[in-house]
Amino acid sequence: MFRRVGGQCVATFEHDEVRVLRKVAAEVVGLLTEGMDHTDPVVSRLFPDIYPELPDDSQEFRLYTEGDLKTGKIDQAGAILAALPDEGEGEVRLDGEAAEAWLRAINDARLAMGTRLEIQADTDLGEELDDAVLEDAGSSRVFQLSVYAYLGYLQESLLNALPEIK
Amino acid sequence: MALPQVAPVETPEIEEEQAADRPWVTVVWDDPVNLMSYVTWVFQKLFGYSKEKAEQLMMDVHTKGKAVVSTGARERMEMDANQLHGYGLWATVDRA
Repeated sequence: MFRRVGGQCVATFEHDEVRVLRKVAAEVVGLLTEGMDHTDPVVSRLFPDIYPELPDDSQEFRLYTEGDLKTGKIDQAGAILAALPDEGEGEVRLDGEAAEAWLRAINDARLAMGTRLEIQADTDLGEELDDAVLEDAGSSRVFQLSVYAYLGYLQESLLNALPEIK
Repeated sequence: MALPQVAPVETPEIEEEQAADRPWVTVVWDDPVNLMSYVTWVFQKLFGYSKEKAEQLMMDVHTKGKAVVSTGARERMEMDANQLHGYGLWATVDRA
């Protein structure tokens, strides 16, 4: 988890955390680069229609803006990959700009995972996880829910480690 | 808690122009994933709102399902919504 050290946000990641974060960031990059399918709920959540009741206007706006938006999202996920050690454990130190990229990238990853996991406003993550473990402790859903919960704590810790905006 | 609104002193021509340019809003919708603290931070960062105003807007989104986060010319609102999408917030543009 992140803490504030001087002007930087600093975290020490275990081997497993590095592996999970690299995987999650790479999955976001993959989703964005491998020909996006706009009928995929994850894609429509990351790139919402700007005019929900005017599909033509939304589409026209998308034509002009989606490329840059997508590049921005790839770059912010890339900031996670760039700051992490290639493998093994390690310390990450982020200045203000890198911290912002991490926050945005963690958020994109949580949106993608939360959409796939069908997280709702009244979802109790602890209960979901308990149910999933009872069903099959080694399932992909248990892993995905654990990572999703972990990313929430990590994002919150990074927000708390940021200097206060005046 | 919104800050007190102070009416700007303007010439009639400018007021007319602004009236024509102002029937649009950026709306942020509630979603079950984004952290409350993150949404507040985005409003402060992107719009330069005070922490109090940003928190109030975030609570409006959370409790009412949506909130108007900026008002102005259509192109400006489109830019705001597009930037909010960069942060992963669910934003749309509508007439005021």
